[in-house]
Amino acid sequence: MSNEIMSELRKDYIYSLMIKGEREDGRRFDEYRDITIDTDVIEKAEGSARVKLGDTHLVVGVKIQTGTPFPDTPDQGVIITNLELIPLASPVFESGPPREDAIELARVVDRGIRESESIDLSKLCITPGEKVWMVFIDVHVLDDGGNIMDAASLGAIAALMTAKLPAERFGVGEDTPVPMRDVPVAVTAVEIGGTIMLDPSLDEENIAGTKLTVISNQEGALSGMQKSGVHPLTTEQINYIVDISIEKAKELREKFLEI
Amino acid sequence: MAKPEKLIENGIRLDGRKPDELRPIKIKVGVLNRADGSCYFEFGGNKVIAAVYGPREVHPRHMQKSTSAVVRYRYNMASFSVEERKRPGPDRRSIEVSKVSRESLEPVIFQEYFPRSAIDIFVEVLQADAGTRTAGINAASIALADAGIPMKSLVSACAVGKVDDTLVLDLNKDEDNYGQADMPIAMTPDGKITLLQMDGHLTREEFKEGLEMAKKGCLAIAELQRSALMEKYSTLIEGEVNE
Repeated sequence: MSNEIMSELRKDYIYSLMIKGEREDGRRFDEYRDITIDTDVIEKAEGSARVKLGDTHLVVGVKIQTGTPFPDTPDQGVIITNLELIPLASPVFESGPPREDAIELARVVDRGIRESESIDLSKLCITPGEKVWMVFIDVHVLDDGGNIMDAASLGAIAALMTAKLPAERFGVGEDTPVPMRDVPVAVTAVEIGGTIMLDPSLDEENIAGTKLTVISNQEGALSGMQKSGVHPLTTEQINYIVDISIEKAKELREKFLEI
Repeated sequence: MAKPEKLIENGIRLDGRKPDELRPIKIKVGVLNRADGSCYFEFGGNKVIAAVYGPREVHPRHMQKSTSAVVRYRYNMASFSVEERKRPGPDRRSIEVSKVSRESLEPVIFQEYFPRSAIDIFVEVLQADAGTRTAGINAASIALADAGIPMKSLVSACAVGKVDDTLVLDLNKDEDNYGQADMPIAMTPDGKITLLQMDGHLTREEFKEGLEMAKKGCLAIAELQRSALMEKYSTLIEGEVNE
């Protein structure tokens, strides 16, 4: 799936374990790796979170400033999500403008936050048509250990939940929390030779035929989905992934975001 | 246009369709001379044209694969295709659309037949009216067949969405703008799903129902794609026989 080079022996090893119903690190197919989320790790940012999902390590910073609204939505704030796969995080990432993988990741994280209407954009309006809050969510991947998608999505929402609108600094009143209405959580499954597993490690991600990310909201409804990768999926596989993803999202939300 | 009060009235949509009805489709196969295969596809107000070049040499060379062909897909919107002029050239949206569209077609192409070569697919959106990526995939699939690329099957695509709390097939522009969910899907005629994206709000049950609705839409499109190809290639053979 990626440019990563993997030995055939190692691939065979993962396959043979999978046939026995096992994973390299001893997890069940629907089990996540250990997750730690620390918030407010960057004082200069209005909101921030450091996420460790197994070996994957990233920092999300939220910067908020005032700006002019888009002409077609004069009374709504703006959210902009960016994610870069910088060469620091993996030997296969290269510098230069973001490529399709990074763009896809960023756009899916963005879609989860936007489409679940987790931020009340109308409350980000200061003066209609003139001044609104612009929320920049930047994901900085430090170490790629697989499943950047879910880690980035958790980090983005954790950072937003602790973020403050810096009204005092911009002279427009008192600092208030970012108006949140929902907490979307992304759960990514991979299909490897017909087997479905959640939260792929780097090696699992590399040999996977396809990934399916399902983003669900607090009421257990879907806010976004993205299939990525060249293997087709059957309806049964998709329905199965949707069902377990919604359950898993609930569990992650309760455990790590305390909601 | 401002948000209409109702997008569905008495079970009929603003453009007169029933919830599970596709927009009119027009297909022309082999419309370009220089390309190895091409297709012009109209899907409601969408007008897209797809060209396939290859298998041909890979440039830049380092992109080539020693055991299979590389498939490249470029989705591009003409600056005049939308209400507000679009800045020409690729943006983040078109890069993502190109990626998922390519991945929707790769599983049906026998890439291993053409090591060290490239199969290039170019999709140009001349007019956009919601559902351009699905129109592009439908066109590209035909253009690949027209180019004589060995394929396991065709790929057909359409979207399902939710407007006024009702599931509808193949959203038009207003339904896309003011609807509650949009879910583009591509699949092969035997039911393998090769593209799945979704945004908006759908319950688990709505999703499952929507998936079935999209399947029916894709099958109907597959039939049209097949007959368009049959029409071009069966008449050719007849002409040769008559001489």
